[in-house]
Amino acid sequence: METKSGLLYSKDHEWVRVEGEKAYVGITDYAQHALGEIVYVELPAVGNELNAGDVFSVIESVKAASDSYLPVAGKVLEVNEALSDSPQLVNEDPYGSWIVVVEITDKAGLDELMNEQEYREFCDKEA
Amino acid sequence: MHRYLPHTEDDERLMLESIGAKSTDDLFTDIPRELRLGRKLNLNNSLSEIELSDHMKGLSNKNKSSDNLICFLGAGAYDHFIPSVVKHLAMRSEFYTAYTPYQPEISQGTLQAIFEYQTMICSLTGMDVTNASMYDGATACVEAAMMAVENARRSSIIVSRTVHPEVRKVLKSYMRFRDVEVIEADMADGITDVEKLKPLVEAGTARVIVQNPNFFGIIEDLTEIEKMVHANKALLIDYADPISLGILKSPGESGVDIVAGEGQSLGNSLSFGGPYLGFLATTSKLMRKMPGRIVGQSEDADDKRAFVLTLQAREQHIRRYKATSNICSNQGLNALAAAIYMTTMGKKGLKEVAEQSAKKAHYAMKQLTSSGKFKPLFNKPFFKEFAVMGETPAGKINDELLKHNILGGFELNNEYPELKNGLLICVTEKRTKAQIDKLAQEMEVV
Amino acid sequence: MKNYNSLIFELSKEGRKAYSLPPCDVPDISLDSVIPPSLMRDSEPELPEVSEVDVVRHFTNLSNKNYGVDTGFYPLGSCTMKYNPKINEDMANLSGFSNIHPLQPEATVQGALKLMYELDGMLSEISGMDRVSLQPAAGAHGELTGLMIIKAYHESRGDKKRKKIIVPDSAHGTNPASAAVAGFEIVEIESDKNGAVDLDRLKAVLSDEIAGLMLTNPSTLGLFEKNIKQIADLVHEAGGLLYYDGANANAIMGIARPGDMGFDVIHLNLHKTFSTPHGGGGPGSGPVGVKSELARFLPVPVIEKKGDSYILDYDRPDSIGKVKSFYGNFGVAVKAYAYILSMGGEGLTDVSRKAVLNANYMMSKLKKYYELPIDQVCKHEFVLSGLLENDNHIATLDVAKRLLDYGYHPPTIYFPLIVNNAIMIEPTETESLETLDSFIDVMIKIAEEAKEAPDILKTAPHGTVVRRIDEAKAARSLILKWDGTYLHKE
Repeated sequence: METKSGLLYSKDHEWVRVEGEKAYVGITDYAQHALGEIVYVELPAVGNELNAGDVFSVIESVKAASDSYLPVAGKVLEVNEALSDSPQLVNEDPYGSWIVVVEITDKAGLDELMNEQEYREFCDKEA
Repeated sequence: MHRYLPHTEDDERLMLESIGAKSTDDLFTDIPRELRLGRKLNLNNSLSEIELSDHMKGLSNKNKSSDNLICFLGAGAYDHFIPSVVKHLAMRSEFYTAYTPYQPEISQGTLQAIFEYQTMICSLTGMDVTNASMYDGATACVEAAMMAVENARRSSIIVSRTVHPEVRKVLKSYMRFRDVEVIEADMADGITDVEKLKPLVEAGTARVIVQNPNFFGIIEDLTEIEKMVHANKALLIDYADPISLGILKSPGESGVDIVAGEGQSLGNSLSFGGPYLGFLATTSKLMRKMPGRIVGQSEDADDKRAFVLTLQAREQHIRRYKATSNICSNQGLNALAAAIYMTTMGKKGLKEVAEQSAKKAHYAMKQLTSSGKFKPLFNKPFFKEFAVMGETPAGKINDELLKHNILGGFELNNEYPELKNGLLICVTEKRTKAQIDKLAQEMEVV
Repeated sequence: MKNYNSLIFELSKEGRKAYSLPPCDVPDISLDSVIPPSLMRDSEPELPEVSEVDVVRHFTNLSNKNYGVDTGFYPLGSCTMKYNPKINEDMANLSGFSNIHPLQPEATVQGALKLMYELDGMLSEISGMDRVSLQPAAGAHGELTGLMIIKAYHESRGDKKRKKIIVPDSAHGTNPASAAVAGFEIVEIESDKNGAVDLDRLKAVLSDEIAGLMLTNPSTLGLFEKNIKQIADLVHEAGGLLYYDGANANAIMGIARPGDMGFDVIHLNLHKTFSTPHGGGGPGSGPVGVKSELARFLPVPVIEKKGDSYILDYDRPDSIGKVKSFYGNFGVAVKAYAYILSMGGEGLTDVSRKAVLNANYMMSKLKKYYELPIDQVCKHEFVLSGLLENDNHIATLDVAKRLLDYGYHPPTIYFPLIVNNAIMIEPTETESLETLDSFIDVMIKIAEEAKEAPDILKTAPHGTVVRRIDEAKAARSLILKWDGTYLHKE
């Protein structure tokens, strides 16, 4: 399992990269591996305002479908359109394939997240 | 010993020994004694094949089939011609004794047939995608309605009163339990009343169901309704007769968002109302909201073309309560019959069936109304069904017709009290001029 | 023709035809004169143009790429793939059944109505219920109908708080999906270590918001739910109703009845327990049975006997309405009725006894090679959890695919979800000792291959008309109809 430094991680296996007021959100290597070959990433509408814990994407593999929860409240600024045609990018490069960029509306959610080391330990326990 | 159970006494003894049980009763000790039936089932004794066959023929002979009656009854179930090959091929037991094609390597027959069915339904309806079929027309229409409700997240739906009464009834049952309001749009001269529909759509109800040709056989011009619906960001659902699509403008050409319909006419027998098949087709945009099984093309490990169930992540066995629908099966064998039918009739045949039905229906209308005893109930273009009325109650006419082995039309006042004495007559390509003349003659003297 | 791999569209040639119709014998008219051209289609639908021989060879070749119960052993757990008697097909095809219109006058369909009325009675006797409706078209449709009845029951008592249905985590996916379509919220409860309902967890979720509990008995693990009476009492005390999913009824006919266990609403699958063929995915039939106090909610029409004749009764004000056009999959009901007559009461009891005997026999043999998570007497099916010795990381999928090479339909795999690497085997009663032994031998051979030649399993199947199919490619490229561009690769 790969992780990347400088990112924050949720217990639902999403990662967050904070850049000023913006947050890039995707799913982790652990999550893409558990799902298997990803065939579809449902993208939210730009402009949607979501709370921390809201479903922002449904990711489908051949045999499973998984809801992804937004770890931090925010307004959707941009979605990764490349995933519409090439959902497998999430398998190939989970940390390079962000799903949404949100404008953070409440930073509270960030405090709940783990750093790389904590996340690695969390995953070890789950396995 | 029963002919379907192969165990000899020796077999049974040997198997029990292997299990370590003294008797088969030992295998049921986990069922608490007070829950056991403790008596024999109060059913018949086992029948031999000869006894069974005699009994079943006795029951069958108490029914009057379309072999004995000349059928002018339609209203959602149609006496169209079924080529002999349909039954022969659909009844190949490799097709009908198979389960759902979850193991694609040994189910390519079922899968390819569904893929071909999907291709033909898309072509007929002019839509982008379709599924492997639904239970019947009415439930397909309800599933279309649920797709649209889900899509718009608003809780009401408009259905024209010219949509089949059975479809509206099934729709109401389902929607009652989903807390979705069903609003019926009134009709005028046998078609959806566009003026009355307008305020309903403008009031914000985002889905409209129409039928074409409608329940009265009338071909509705959807142009205005389509414009109005889409101007209000609503979705248009059309309930269609697949045979009519041999000649009529396809729902896709009319800008419809979801098409549903009853596929029985496509090579399936009347069978007292089932099993039939419903078809459901839609646009690429709504594809992922579509319920039911879908077959897609792929390749196997040797890069050979192969077919497999796809888009399964929408379905109940993966998504459970979040699934787009609870439907699990399709009407596989009926869809296969439909595929064989469409293949056999082909491009020209389906068109000829539609043309002959329409021409014979128009001839029948002319004959029935020539003396003035019966009048057309509506003055609109129709396909293979039309409504007439006279001074005599429709029930009485049908009783008389039955005495002459004619199965008369649908008595409209049962569903539309205002259409007193109205009779909905259906004429398919199977009817001959002589049969139509006989109908006209007998109705004339009632 | 051996490697036949054409789509019907690729055989099409302009001008060919496979049909014949008599000349139109009414005076000819131009349709343009009666139907405005703007309502007609511009181009003909793209249906194939082939000869009758082409149609016959095409679909015959397709059928040869299929595997059915008539081909061989089909131990697909939870699906009850028993032999489908041929005589039943003949009976359903009698013209007096297959060529009657659903809206014919009642007097002309007395045989059909009598059959349906009697089948209602037979299924009621078998299940211990009071009335049965044949209207639902399949198991999932039966579930939905039953749940609508439960909702209507609570609403009729003014009890509108009950918006939740309890479903065990071992349940088939249709259970929670049907509850959602019926407008319920779903409360899932975790099963105990034996896959049974955990009474403490059940108690914890019971309240005046619970409309009912959905259960299969025997459970999806093939084990009888011994505490069923307590479960029923707990749910009833909390004001809820019990729904029985009849998927596993083949284990208990003539031995125990859901009606006597405390179930209020049930569905049966005529395409499982009552031998009607699965048709490659339908038509099924999922009759719904209820206790007498719920009969007023059944879908309309209900078939009643009035003097010597049978009628369709629509005058039922409390009915949930219609859930399907007309009266259900009548043609399927005819086959189930013929099956019950063929078996008789004692025969049906013997069916369940032999189904359970077969399952226990296979389980006793296979547990030496495959992990059996719960080792106790099973009912008509049992669930294994992958290979006992598995150093080479052979997946359950690999075992299933290898079975194809040996000419068998694999068992159900990866269900129920609560067992890892599940292999769910349901032999059914119509299989002989010799058939079971041959299958057991192959399963043992595969367990050996897993140790000695794992690659054969991981790349299986090798001998089928196509090999493992790229499902991810299908789901990503989404070719859902012929687009006319495919070129043969062979």
